[in-house]
Amino acid sequence: MELILQQAPIVIRSLNIGFLQTLKLFVITLIGALPLGLIISFGSMSSWAPLAFIGRNMERKNGRATAASRFFTGFCPISLIVKIIVWVFRGTPLMLQLLIIYYFPGLVWGNPIWGSGESGRFLASAVAFIINYACYFSEIYRGGIQGVPRGQQEAGQVLGMTKGQIFFKVTLLQMVKRIVPPMGNECITLVKDTSLARIIALQEIIWAGQAFLKGSQGISGAIWPLFFTGVYYLIFTGVVTLLLGWLERKLSYFRA
Amino acid sequence: MSVLEVKDLRKSFGKLEVLKGISFSLEKGDTISIIGSSGSGKTTLLRCLNFLETPNSGIISVNGEKLFDGADSASQRDSEIRKKRLHFGLVFQSFNLFPQYTALGNVKLASNLLAKERLDYQAHKKDIIAEIDENARGLLSQMGLADKIDLYPHQLSGGQQQRVAIARALALSPDVLCFDEPTSALDPELTGEVLKVILSLAEKYTTMVIVTHEMQFAREVSSQVLFMDKGVVAECGTPEEVFGNPKNERTKQFLERYSG
Repeated sequence: MELILQQAPIVIRSLNIGFLQTLKLFVITLIGALPLGLIISFGSMSSWAPLAFIGRNMERKNGRATAASRFFTGFCPISLIVKIIVWVFRGTPLMLQLLIIYYFPGLVWGNPIWGSGESGRFLASAVAFIINYACYFSEIYRGGIQGVPRGQQEAGQVLGMTKGQIFFKVTLLQMVKRIVPPMGNECITLVKDTSLARIIALQEIIWAGQAFLKGSQGISGAIWPLFFTGVYYLIFTGVVTLLLGWLERKLSYFRA
Repeated sequence: MSVLEVKDLRKSFGKLEVLKGISFSLEKGDTISIIGSSGSGKTTLLRCLNFLETPNSGIISVNGEKLFDGADSASQRDSEIRKKRLHFGLVFQSFNLFPQYTALGNVKLASNLLAKERLDYQAHKKDIIAEIDENARGLLSQMGLADKIDLYPHQLSGGQQQRVAIARALALSPDVLCFDEPTSALDPELTGEVLKVILSLAEKYTTMVIVTHEMQFAREVSSQVLFMDKGVVAECGTPEEVFGNPKNERTKQFLERYSG
């Protein structure tokens, strides 16, 4: 116990620095993934079918729909490409994506685009996290947008509102209200997922705690700093939970 | 000249032809009720009038101006359709109020957005906004909702919500106000208050097209009744003619089922 008290000031200072990196990754990921997710969700809902006319011609000629004509009328390239990207990023471990995104350019192209040192590792981590989380967010957005009853859009149309006005003045807030609970879940997960960046030696809080096991600043073989990082995560998720609860209360004045 | 004239309107969904050539006209201040069994195309007709569906062919004119002509693709451009919609108002069966706005906010929203497109908006911003506000409050008290203007839709009963929706449609002063089964989603106790409001609008010579299953109400409110069957107008005439002395066999069957 006495030993721990002796080590505490050094350990806490180190953990704080690591935590700052964790916090930075969390905030940057949200800033990047929240809007990118919306763009991806629009992409996956795109109904642009440039070959539909071929299908329609075939149907007119044959007088009925065939498998081939259905393929052409239903072929939406943007939606298809976006859905494949989402599948890849949700279908493989984030840890693997971190490794590939960080090492692939240097090892395969011989061009380490991320730069060296901690800033390079952070940049690579941020890119991996933003893309990965945007893919998850996009599916939540899609559910939120499609969950707003069609009648809301029609009511706006009948009142002479433009598509943009309907989205921003009618649909958006109802969508936000719907997605707060599932988004909250993702945010809590993101708090803890930041620790995955440890795999490319990003100096976040787990890395900082682990350093005292191997030996750092005159302390070695100490396991408690690693265990103690749990306290940081608990406080962090606690604050995020409170913020989400506040947002949910803010939106409780209406029912959608 | 008729306010609304519909000529040979046709609409198909895939192979299913829902409207097989509908024609009728409506004089200013008159009310036409459209009755008929489910699936006869009543709702589709209203949705075509409000450009929520694009007819395959036919003509829709308001005050002599052709708003839609199936033969003229220029009349079907998106940007123009938005403006043309303003000739019509639509009250939905399921109200479709915007849940995040108060009763007053629902009535004002579209007017406020449209006002921004006016050329004199910047110069007379305050006056315009005040006028919209006054108009909306007036409409809501006309609906008997003067004490409910600051409540959100979920705090209102179904009948009150539908009356807000009527005020919202009236706020843009459409030439023709359409109702799509306005009381079908309401408890029997609440239908009365909505029907009373629609009757009072008829007395003020609001031009209306009403799709309804309330036969007694249709008889009272309408100057014309149109009976639709399988996508065609089976019978059209004054309420006395259609209800009192139906000529078409299908009309007779339909009305018997309702009175029986």
